[in-house]
Amino acid sequence: MERMPKWADVLLIPLISLILAFALSALVIVAIGEDPVNAVRLMVTGALGSTYGWGYTLYYATNFIFTGLAVAVAFHARLFNIGGEGQATLGGLGVALICLALPWPHWGLALPAAVIASALFGAAWAAIPAWLQATRGSHIVITTIMFNFIAGALLNYMLVNVMRPMGSMDPATAKFPEGTNLPTLHEVLAPIGINFSKAAPANVTLLIALAACVLVWLLIWRTRLGYEIRALGQSAPAAVYAGIRPVRIVMLAMLVSGALAGMMAVNNVMGEAERLVLNAVEGAGFIGIAVALMGRNHPFGVLLAALLFGFLYQGGAELALWTSIPREMIVVIQALVILFTGALDNMVRAPLERAFMAIGRGRG
Amino acid sequence: MAGPDRGKGRSDAAAPVIELRGISKAFGPVQANRDISLRVMPGTIHGIIGENGAGKSTLMSILYGFYKADAGEIFISGQRTEIHDSHDAIRAGIGMVFQHFKLVENFTVLENVILGVEEGRLLKPSLAKARGILRKLAEEYELNVDPDARIEDLGVGMKQRVEILKALYRQAGILILDEPTGVLTPAEADHLFRILENLKSEGKTILLITHKLREIMAATDTVSVMRRGEMTATVRTADTTPEALAEMMVGRKVLLRLDKSPAKPGRTVLEADNICLTDADGVERLKNVSLTVRAGEILGIAGVAGNGQSHLLEVLGGMRAATGRLRMNGQDIALTGRAADGQARRAAGIAHVPEDRQREGLIMEFHAWENTIFGYHHDPAWQANALLMDNAAIRAEAAAKMARFDVRPPNPDLAARSFSGGNQQKIVLAREIERTPDLLLVGQPTRGVDIGAIEFIHQRILDLRDAGAAVILVSVELEEILSLSDRIAVMFDGRIMGERPADQTDEKELGLMMAGMRTEAA
Repeated sequence: MERMPKWADVLLIPLISLILAFALSALVIVAIGEDPVNAVRLMVTGALGSTYGWGYTLYYATNFIFTGLAVAVAFHARLFNIGGEGQATLGGLGVALICLALPWPHWGLALPAAVIASALFGAAWAAIPAWLQATRGSHIVITTIMFNFIAGALLNYMLVNVMRPMGSMDPATAKFPEGTNLPTLHEVLAPIGINFSKAAPANVTLLIALAACVLVWLLIWRTRLGYEIRALGQSAPAAVYAGIRPVRIVMLAMLVSGALAGMMAVNNVMGEAERLVLNAVEGAGFIGIAVALMGRNHPFGVLLAALLFGFLYQGGAELALWTSIPREMIVVIQALVILFTGALDNMVRAPLERAFMAIGRGRG
Repeated sequence: MAGPDRGKGRSDAAAPVIELRGISKAFGPVQANRDISLRVMPGTIHGIIGENGAGKSTLMSILYGFYKADAGEIFISGQRTEIHDSHDAIRAGIGMVFQHFKLVENFTVLENVILGVEEGRLLKPSLAKARGILRKLAEEYELNVDPDARIEDLGVGMKQRVEILKALYRQAGILILDEPTGVLTPAEADHLFRILENLKSEGKTILLITHKLREIMAATDTVSVMRRGEMTATVRTADTTPEALAEMMVGRKVLLRLDKSPAKPGRTVLEADNICLTDADGVERLKNVSLTVRAGEILGIAGVAGNGQSHLLEVLGGMRAATGRLRMNGQDIALTGRAADGQARRAAGIAHVPEDRQREGLIMEFHAWENTIFGYHHDPAWQANALLMDNAAIRAEAAAKMARFDVRPPNPDLAARSFSGGNQQKIVLAREIERTPDLLLVGQPTRGVDIGAIEFIHQRILDLRDAGAAVILVSVELEEILSLSDRIAVMFDGRIMGERPADQTDEKELGLMMAGMRTEAA
């Protein structure tokens, strides 16, 4: 006997949580003397009202898809990978190294190379905490968060001491060569007659992110490895009974997770900045946790949640630009969304389950 | 349904000490108790029997104040009584001995007994008073326990006595025991029933909750049968038979005796030599265990829970590394390292129905169809191509298996947790037995399984034996070991105490061995 229908679980609960979060945000906006209706209007038009706004929304969403999928894959093995930030940082390093290593003739060649490099670097950064967890029992939450700091320091060192062009005062790499510049959505969509904003940073990496959603879905629900990852995540004793080696699965799940987080760098480093700068990830690794949480660790849910957070990011920036609502306000709204969709899930779930059961009894 | 003593007159002795009227309790859509009425006469041992999930524990929890009934009334000694929590229950003179003891492990017996009913600010007077009362209780009821022993140093039988003492110390006139013999040796169980007899003769009333027919027949005066949340009958024990009770519990005729042909043992399938296992805490779990099993026979391993049988099963199933030598069909099998896992054991022809199906045998959140390949998911038959699994084929096979093993409901898309214990076990059995293994390891095949399914499960294990497989059966139910096995080995403290052909031994002899006595000395 299921407590409530599936659609209620995957759609109704997040929706109600979201409405509650926005309602509370509106109260906060009223409290600081601004007009919440105007704020919503600004956010919607700013993020979704033009192809320029969409370009930014989709750009942010692409980042969040990668980091959200990273958290989701690890979570299926009940590993809480909060090291997406560090893994994406290292992914950026991989992208920068590969882009600067060769005089790439065409982005079509540079892109696969950059995807592979970012995935390898990200996976390598996840491998050490994974190994410590699998063989020594060092808690993955502790080690991955420490590795975020180490990644930041490493990037700092690399940019300042190794990769900075001679004579530059900026802790950043040189601009990547022309042949690595990825087509933006403007260029992708022009041939099919859609006139997309030239200025927005959304680029072809979005398609890779969408493909990653499909591949992760296949991995988790259609392959033997996914089966073993889910089995280990649900019950470690059962996995041992079935002859699934926990060390192997923990390693593989974290490698895939780290690779996905690393691949975010293709979007922000190669697609947008076209050079590697300090703090390139800008917290997207942490947003990935909220995205996975809200998306119920399902690739489709991750996609929707990533779009929502992309909207919040872009809409928030617009809000800060046109009103006296401080940019920090948007952090509050994001925090409320995370609080309601993640931490306070049961607050909505329990009454809803009761309601559905009451309906069920009435029918039965 | 009239109680046996109804209408005997109005004297106090004939009035029920506990009377439940119309008790109902629902958990969400599940009606755990439906309009239950029960009359328990003072100074009797009243049994409550029913399958798992019949609502026995819920009813007792209502009586002890853990749950609040949706409807109904409770009368204690004729007084309508509201029981909101265990304090109310204790005040009403009800004591409860739980299946899982609620004792502070690093306190002494005496400290546990007075816990919660200490008088005054200083412990010493309470302890002294309790010591005196305990001594008196020990003499009266054969309830001897060293009052200064720490709980963690006591065996299960002793811990249970402490629980009984706790209830008596709180002057309980009514004692509820929930599945009290699950963890006891037959001798300990006999002692417990002697204690209960003594308590009864002192005028105490005892409610004994169990699913074991034998105990009901041996110990109770009156028995009430529960089925699917309803109280279906209350009869005098002397007027009924185990067969009749079983039928009332299940709602249809049940075969209690297995129809078993003699074994025809063939070649040796498994030889284990000097298996030793020390666990992570440095405790020796297995001490030089050696055994052999032949094709077409069932080797039963009896023992009180915690004496190494579980560890032995896990070692044989590849869930734990150990030392010693293991040979399967004449081939050496690794006991440590990578080649010692469950995959290697399955490849060698060993199938394993683990003791704890919810923790090990099944992934409770997985669909039934995903569970029907668990452990065998490397079989190429389940691959659609090099990368993807053939979920349609797995689902079809699952549906077929569920039909063959009569799993209800026969829906492969339900999560494993949505099935009852018996049906979960059938899913595991279908998976393991249909691989036609050379050796089947079975742990507690009918724990938490309803009587109706027990019969079916036993028959399938016997069929596999008759088809020429070797079977190792671990169970804490001695009755099950005796009725299924061809040979019986008894484990105590990590050792095999001895081995007997099943038709040349009995519960008494096995019971002594389970308590650690070599039978020569008995």
